[in-house]
Order: sequence, then C-alpha cells, then structure tokens
Amino acid sequence: MNEASESLKTTPLHSLHLELKGKMVPFAGYDMPVQYPLGILKEHQHTRAKAGLFDVSHMGQVRLTGEDPAAALESLVPGDIKGLARGRMRYTLFLNEQGGILDDLMVTNAGDHLFLVVNAARKDHDVAHMRERLKGRAEVELLDDLALMALQGPEAAAVLGRFIPEAATMKFMSYLPATFDGIPVIITRSGYTGEDGYEISCDKSDAETIARALLAEDEVEAIGLGARDSLRLEAGLCLYGHDIDETTTPVEAGLEWALSKRRREEGGFPGYAIIKDQLANGAPRRRVGLQPEGRQPAREHTDVCDADGQKIGEVTSGGFGPTASAPVAMGYVDRAHAAVGTPVQLMVRGKPLAAKVAAMPFVPQRYYRG
Amino acid sequence: MTIKYTKDHEWVRVEGDVGTVGVSDHAQHQLGDVVFVELPDVGRQLAQGKEAAVVESVKAASDVFAPVSGEVIEANAELENDPSLVNAGAETTGWFFKLRLSNPAELDGLMDEAAYKAFVEGQA
Repeated sequence: MNEASESLKTTPLHSLHLELKGKMVPFAGYDMPVQYPLGILKEHQHTRAKAGLFDVSHMGQVRLTGEDPAAALESLVPGDIKGLARGRMRYTLFLNEQGGILDDLMVTNAGDHLFLVVNAARKDHDVAHMRERLKGRAEVELLDDLALMALQGPEAAAVLGRFIPEAATMKFMSYLPATFDGIPVIITRSGYTGEDGYEISCDKSDAETIARALLAEDEVEAIGLGARDSLRLEAGLCLYGHDIDETTTPVEAGLEWALSKRRREEGGFPGYAIIKDQLANGAPRRRVGLQPEGRQPAREHTDVCDADGQKIGEVTSGGFGPTASAPVAMGYVDRAHAAVGTPVQLMVRGKPLAAKVAAMPFVPQRYYRG
Repeated sequence: MTIKYTKDHEWVRVEGDVGTVGVSDHAQHQLGDVVFVELPDVGRQLAQGKEAAVVESVKAASDVFAPVSGEVIEANAELENDPSLVNAGAETTGWFFKLRLSNPAELDGLMDEAAYKAFVEGQA
C-alpha cells in the first residue's frame, strides 16, 4: 500500500470489497471498488437484468432538525420541501446566488426531521453551507455512524422483499424504517441507475451482515463504481462535478423538473432571478444527449462542434453504454443546436466524429410506479 | 519468428521484415472490457514509441505505442466488428496491425517473453 492510499478513508464494507477482489481506486477521498472480477460490462448488464449491490457509504447522510427544517431548507434549494408528505422524498439542488448548482441531493420527510443524502465529495461543503446559512433555524448533523447501500435492478424488489416484505410494495421515492433480519434499517425506493431499486441505510456495524445476506441471494452481484457510472449515464442522470457544477444552472442542465411549481412562482431560493429569467426566455446553453455514429466513444471534455466545425459545446460525460450497446454521451451545447436530431461533430483526438443530439435517457427508466 | 514486448505492454511478432502488433494479455486484463479500437491507416509511417492506436475500454481510452518503426501494411478489420477479440485473444486473434519494419535493430531494445514476464511480476 502506498502513501496515497494510506490517507484514503474507507467504508464499513472495505474488507468485504477486498475479500470479493474488488479493484480499489481513490474516489472522493475514499478507497472504493471500481469493479469486481466480473468486470464493468457484465456488472452493468447484471444490474439491468437482475440486481446489483452498490456500496454508497461514502455519500453523506445528514439529519436536519429544528422548528421547521423544511422551511429552512427551502431557503437553499428550489424544491417543494414543505409539501413533502411524511415518508416521501425528492431530488433537489443546493444553489448559489447565480443559480449555479452547489450539489444535488435527496431529501426525505422523515417525520420529526429531514433526512438528506448528498454527494461524497461535497458533504463537508454541504454541511458547512447549511450550518452557516441555517444558523438558528435548523440543526445539521452528519450521520457518520451510518452505512449506505443501493440494491438496484428488476429483481431488487423480489430480493429485498424476502427480508422486508413491506419493501416490495413501497412507492417510488418513499421511505420506510424497517428491520432486516432483526437489524434496524431505513430503506428508500430510489437509486441512480434508472432501474427500480432501493437504498438501505443502517448502522455501520451492521453493514457487512446485510451486504453478505443480500449477496448470498442468487440474483445479486456486487457492483463497482465503473458500472455505477455507465448505468447512470445511460439513464441520463447527472454526475456532480461533471454534468453539473457551480457554473451550471438547473435550466441549463435540463433539471426544470426539480424546480417545484410553487417555488417557481414564489421564489425564495438562491439565484431565483436568473432561474426565473431562464425559465421564461431559455438558457444560453443546454445539457443534451449525444449519440456518436459507430462504436467509438467520446469522453468528458471532448469538444462539440457544429457542421461547419465551430465549437458549440463540450461533452461532460461520455463512454460506452453496455445496454444501449453503443457509445453514449451527454454535454452542453449552445441552445441553437440543442434540438434532438441536430447533427454535430465530436472532436475525438483531433478528428471529427459524426454524432447527433439525442433524447435521454438512452435506455428506458424502469422505476416502480405501483 | 520472434516475439518481443515493450514496457508499455505492446507486443510485436516478427516474421521476415513484417511485424504484427498488439497489446499483451496482461494489458487487456488491466484495460478491462474493450469496446473500440482506433487503428492506424494503412500506409502510415509509425515511429518507435510514438502513438499508433487507441484502445477504448468501458471506462477509459488508452494509447498504444508502436513497438518498432515502420509502415503500416494492414489493420485488423475484425476488431471493428468485435473489439472484444482483444480481451479474448490479446496475443492471437486480437492483434491490431502489421507493419514493415524500417529499423529491425530496434528489436534489440525490447524484452523477450521471459524478460517481459519478470517485468510484469515486478510491477505487481
């Protein structure tokens, strides 16, 4: 082990990753499995066909309490948090005064508190941001003693239902405190692969027991960060720090669906004036899907050019989609070139690769709608 | 016939003045699932140690360098249809291109099979 990896943090499932012969890489300050012996391609396909288990314990789990934590949080995000029924959750965004995205997150109304899941690389920033901006209105607690796993895929409900019968009939984007073989857990019917599935939060001391029990089921394979990335890209979902960051607004990013109706009218979140204007008049650039012709992938930072060779944008995520069985990418282009079907050129290693603006997701999302 | 390896994990099998080039079995394991290979055009002059091809796995693009100098005389068209040949047979059916050696003396600076094996084990 070299010095760099000694300074990395580990999750409660680290020894299990090593036992499963995970290929470990540094990610967001953690030593994480990028793939297991199955390989990224098969891990990806297995998740779409059956069920994959992901360690996402590096992500931040946060508890927000106070007199009215929903009202407090609404001062930082554009989502309708006050309108969340108990046990329901939604995707929202921390914004800056320019409407730029500071992070994306999941917020759950857990009754006496809000339960937040934020990105690993942003959790310290998010906690500091909330503590500063919500001072006197809400208490912010980073739940360092918890682990988080995602079980994703068409067989996820059948598998988890063997341990938690009520899991199988949960609504999409809902939350349930439950027990897994007697172990207390919090489950949500959510994920980031485009498949039906769950995230399972538990005490870190129980994580390995739960992971081993799930992996012992025939349908379940351990899945690494590599397939997590290709799955979310095919599903058209943004990766923070790549497809969205402080310089992109929700309108540019095509995340209008995360701007709740009441909040669009009332405002009261950072960057509202800019976002309101972009909603009415359009943003100068848009996040779009990009579909290269042939089999050659175009990676992040590849220039996107119009038919005349003028630069009109840049790829923010790109690779090969194992389920699409084709290269897939997303990126930003000037609004004049954002319509689906627009021919573009991707400058891969100096050579133009013919592509077109494509609809996302690249594979149909299969969330459970009951 | 002789096969030689580079420190960048390419191999070249030489028959007469023609070298067949690919990446080693060790390299394909490191790369993971290969989804695309960008091959050099026939007629292109390659210089030893300079970029000759690009191999794309699911996760990343990696440069492949010319193990020796020469003119490309054939590219493996099978890889266009089935890039996974690189994983299935890195040192056989998954070859990349053939070139006509312009400086066979360059082979002397490369590793033979035993030396390459020791080199890979030393890196592990």
